[in-house]
Amino acid sequence: MAFMTLQDIDVRYDKKKQILKGLNLEVKEGELVSLLGPSGCGKTTTLRVVAGFIEPENGVFALDGEDLTKVPVHKRNFGIVFQSYALFPHLSVYDNVAFGLKMRKLSKAEVDKKVKNILEICGLTEFSVRFPQQMSGGQRQRVALARALVIEPKLLLLDEPLSNLDAKLRINMRVEIKRIQKQLGITTLFVTHDQEECFSISDKVAVMNQGVIEQFDTPETIYHRPKTEFVARFIGFENFLPLNKHGDVYKSEAGAVFTVEGASGEDSLMGTIRPEDIRVAEEGQTKNILTGTIGVRTFLGKTYQYEVETEAGKFLVNRPADESYEEGSTLRLYLPETKLILVKR
Amino acid sequence: MRKNKLLTAFAILVFVFMIAPLIIITVTAFGEGSAITFPIKTFSVKWFVNVFALKSFRISFVTSLEIALLATVIALLVGIPAAYALARSGMKGRGFLKSVFLSPTIVPGIVIGFVLYQFLVLTLKIPVFVGLLAGHFMVTLPYVIRVVGSSLDQFDFSVEEAAWSLGCTKTGAFFRVVLPNITSGISAAFMLAFINSFNNIPVSMFLSGPGVSTFPATLMNYIEYNYDPTVSAVSVVLMAVTVLLMVIVDKTLGVAALAK
Repeated sequence: MAFMTLQDIDVRYDKKKQILKGLNLEVKEGELVSLLGPSGCGKTTTLRVVAGFIEPENGVFALDGEDLTKVPVHKRNFGIVFQSYALFPHLSVYDNVAFGLKMRKLSKAEVDKKVKNILEICGLTEFSVRFPQQMSGGQRQRVALARALVIEPKLLLLDEPLSNLDAKLRINMRVEIKRIQKQLGITTLFVTHDQEECFSISDKVAVMNQGVIEQFDTPETIYHRPKTEFVARFIGFENFLPLNKHGDVYKSEAGAVFTVEGASGEDSLMGTIRPEDIRVAEEGQTKNILTGTIGVRTFLGKTYQYEVETEAGKFLVNRPADESYEEGSTLRLYLPETKLILVKR
Repeated sequence: MRKNKLLTAFAILVFVFMIAPLIIITVTAFGEGSAITFPIKTFSVKWFVNVFALKSFRISFVTSLEIALLATVIALLVGIPAAYALARSGMKGRGFLKSVFLSPTIVPGIVIGFVLYQFLVLTLKIPVFVGLLAGHFMVTLPYVIRVVGSSLDQFDFSVEEAAWSLGCTKTGAFFRVVLPNITSGISAAFMLAFINSFNNIPVSMFLSGPGVSTFPATLMNYIEYNYDPTVSAVSVVLMAVTVLLMVIVDKTLGVAALAK
């Protein structure tokens, strides 16, 4: 049973530009779901619809079987962490965290107990008297998280919470967020444009493009088996090859024959493969072969990356640094049938 | 940077041009003779005593204070919500509304004075004090909207959203989160509006009536009939008060707060 559902959500900006187009999403209780996509894909808008900042033109947002589409923000009881943290500059860490509890008219003793508890969980006990301006980005981030969690929200919403942190802190914080999320068992929506961050933290990922969810799956499935060309491109499949079905096999436009594992029923598809999965063909191999000339060779450390000009356009190929090929030479590429994936064109 | 001597000389010249009259006025205030002379022959503070002895000065000074204070407070009460609405709403014609609110600073004061005279005094026949208050409110409102508006523009909107998400109503969030964070803008607006109202002449000239006049208007009147160093002494007092206010603003907020 889905805990949170978004059904046929339409959002327009200024009555003209449509940002969300009949968006559907179902999230199970306790899951951490990421909305992943390039800027302008509608992921933040989706989060804002859930939060109640935007009322959708059409569609229903329901939580635990209750229609909340028209319920105002302050009655939803959701914890939100903003990209800018949005801490109250005039309040100390303690008062920032206590704010939501005071709104709920809890007794002083109760507020104190809950605030101290969450500050401890988030590792902030020693900072309780500080003000936001006196803290580092990572610490502010934790205060924002504590402030959102202390009200025991039904849903936790995170809008690119790590994008203002440096790389090392980002990795620590995402582990931290996941730990706290699992510890409290709170259903969470996480908006990000960073695929590594998203894969590492999520139970499920919704890849968004132009106002719709292109694919909603586990991180593993999305990483290995993207369903559409957009998803494939977004998560690092660099090479694309139009393929048409001919009986049991597929043929490229130039007539080369390819076999693909787990082929689907559609006739006209796009074959795609990651640069590191492409091999160099051995003598006598005839299937799944693409021939081309090496253009630019780039040294990446463990590997060389070759830009190979083939009959199907430019292909990026990563090969170990010990088997190096010269720029300008001809290369026969082998696209293993287990690694070549078919996606919708 | 290479110093340009010509430019330095020019800057000094402009500075002298601006400051010299103020110095001369200040010096003449301490002269003993009954006409304003420069340089002075003998030193005396009797004209300063005279400033505080003159009844019309005392009364109009209090009137001016009352008007400036009331007008500024009303302008804050109206201007802060207006600035908030302008900053937060995404409605069309926002830019136009903003210029309408700021227009009294662009339209010559004499025009505003005349229009208000025509409308408030001749047509509506409202009491003089209320008329003056209305005029000064009009003059001060743009400063409030502008200064408070720029404070609001710098305040992260998502902080308010965070307050809503924590169970605060929109009105509650305005008082608990927005107001405490724009206090410096509000005090800057207060100072600026107050000084502008207190120093205003054109609007006050038209709207003053029998028995009720602002300080600068009374001063103008006085100069017409008595050209003695009392005028200089008053000017010195006014300058001192204004400078004091500016110093307070600078120490608490920085003069930049007024220039925004």
